[in-house]
Amino acid sequence: MKNAHPLVQTEALGLHYGRKPAFLDVSLAVPRGAITAVIGPSGCGKSSFLACINRLSDLLPRCRVEGSVRIGETEVFDPGTDVVALRRRVGMIFQKPNPFPLSIRRNLELPLKEHGMRGRAERDAVIERTLTDVGLWQEVHDRLDASALGLSGGQQQRLCLARALALEPEVVLLDEPCSALDPISSGVVEDLIVSLRGRYTVVVVTHNLAQARRIADRVAFFWVQDGAGRLIEEGEADQVFGDPRDELTAAYVGGARG
Amino acid sequence: MVDHEMWGSTPARGRTDRLVAAVVWLAATVVTAVFLWILADLLRHGAGQISWTFLTAAPASAGRAGGIGPILVSTAWILAVCLAVALPLGLGTAVLLAELTSAEDAFGRLVRRSLDVLAGVPSIVFGLFGNALFCVYLGLGFSILSGGLTLACMVLPILIRSAEEGLRAVPDEYRLGGAALGLSRGKILLHLLLPAAVPGLIVGVVLGFGRAIAETAALIFTSGYVDRMPGSVHDSGRALSIHIYDLGVNIPGGETNAYATALVLVAILLLTNTAASLLGDRLRGRHAES
Ligand SMILES: Nc1ncnc2c1ncn2[C@@H]1O[C@H](COP(=O)(O)OP(=O)(O)O)[C@@H](O)[C@H]1O
Ligand SMILES: [Mg+2]
Repeated sequence: MKNAHPLVQTEALGLHYGRKPAFLDVSLAVPRGAITAVIGPSGCGKSSFLACINRLSDLLPRCRVEGSVRIGETEVFDPGTDVVALRRRVGMIFQKPNPFPLSIRRNLELPLKEHGMRGRAERDAVIERTLTDVGLWQEVHDRLDASALGLSGGQQQRLCLARALALEPEVVLLDEPCSALDPISSGVVEDLIVSLRGRYTVVVVTHNLAQARRIADRVAFFWVQDGAGRLIEEGEADQVFGDPRDELTAAYVGGARG
Repeated sequence: MVDHEMWGSTPARGRTDRLVAAVVWLAATVVTAVFLWILADLLRHGAGQISWTFLTAAPASAGRAGGIGPILVSTAWILAVCLAVALPLGLGTAVLLAELTSAEDAFGRLVRRSLDVLAGVPSIVFGLFGNALFCVYLGLGFSILSGGLTLACMVLPILIRSAEEGLRAVPDEYRLGGAALGLSRGKILLHLLLPAAVPGLIVGVVLGFGRAIAETAALIFTSGYVDRMPGSVHDSGRALSIHIYDLGVNIPGGETNAYATALVLVAILLLTNTAASLLGDRLRGRHAES
């Protein structure tokens, strides 16, 4: 796949916590409609990188961002940027499933209402459609008013995905979405991520190289150099795994090349 | 896993463990015993006095005879004023401290430090302050309003700290998850943080209520000790604790009614504590379900 139509583009992006840099100088183009996997050892700034794309970095204590992120025509860190609208365009799934301690229905309703969907019938239709999309409708349609905390970990993660998709985002960020799940649920969520290809622009952080290899169109490899995370190599998944240009990448993906 | 080598029970260690256990049990037993003793004492001296008439009638012969009707009403008014003012103020300040200032923020630290000092101020000082500010300067005179406002100042630190702790205990996942969905700060606070902080808030209200209803020194100079039925919050009104104090110290032959009044006060405290903890459990359950 050619990287001709990037939707998300970062330019010399860096993030510091107080004095300490988490990652520096990342320029990356994320192609529209594709699945981009971000891989690398823990602590190399992958989560911090994701937080810049939807400006969740605003909420992190003592955090400072430099460089720029563009999504389509929008400068993400422009002071005039509407953060609420931005976060509607950019959905996010966390490592630990984080449904709110409310009913399944309320979990989906709350963001829909916030973004101006007033009609109950309209909301119910969206709820049914997104729950169907994540394969949860059959399992929960008769207990929509039960607590979301009563669901299994895998179901909770799929609910979080449905909650994000209900807002019809363009970009979906996933931060190690399977690493807190058992192997079966992990497989279900992985298949769901694959099903997003084409409809959404997906950036997924994963520790699991085999998974990255199975699902990613493009791969970005981060590594810590001189005390800060750096983007070492980025390209088509087949190339990064099969014929890495950098020695560090070769050593890191060596296990996955098998 | 507990390291069995480390916790291995040599004879000496076994003896120490048993000693510690004994001391802990003794302490718990003593505390419970003291409470039961007080309760038994109150029941023995006061229970015979309690009747519907006692609860509704006006005091007679300076309180030696008659009941405590107007005093109950005054107490309820004073507490109502106190909570009506302290709850919104306390919740607002707690939100400011927990959500809008970071732990290291200089302003937040200043407010927190002031609250800790305020929480340690003896109630008689609140009484004098309330008298100077509310009764004299603001011209409210000896009144239920002055007393309630003074109590509000006194319970604010307790309320604020419990509500703040309740808010801080809410996991960051909800704040981040809410923000990532584009929810505004207000919505996150209203729908995710406040419901989760309710149990902490209830603890604060119970502690504050307990301190307020048992208060004497802060009320003597503010709500006064007129034992007539109050017509409005601008009238002076005598609180239960002041009635007990007056009967016990100033009125010869008032002891029996002092005991009976104290019994009523303790009963109210026990009832509110139980009700609050039931409510807390229910809200927590409902919050998790709905
Ligand atoms: N809230 C924070 N405050 C300070 N340092 C942080 C914070 N979050 C992450 N870091 C540090 O920034 C670096 C990158 O972290 P992170 O982005 O979580 O990496 P990854 O997701 O790749 O494991 C790490 O060294 C981590 O210790
Ligand atoms: Mg991470």
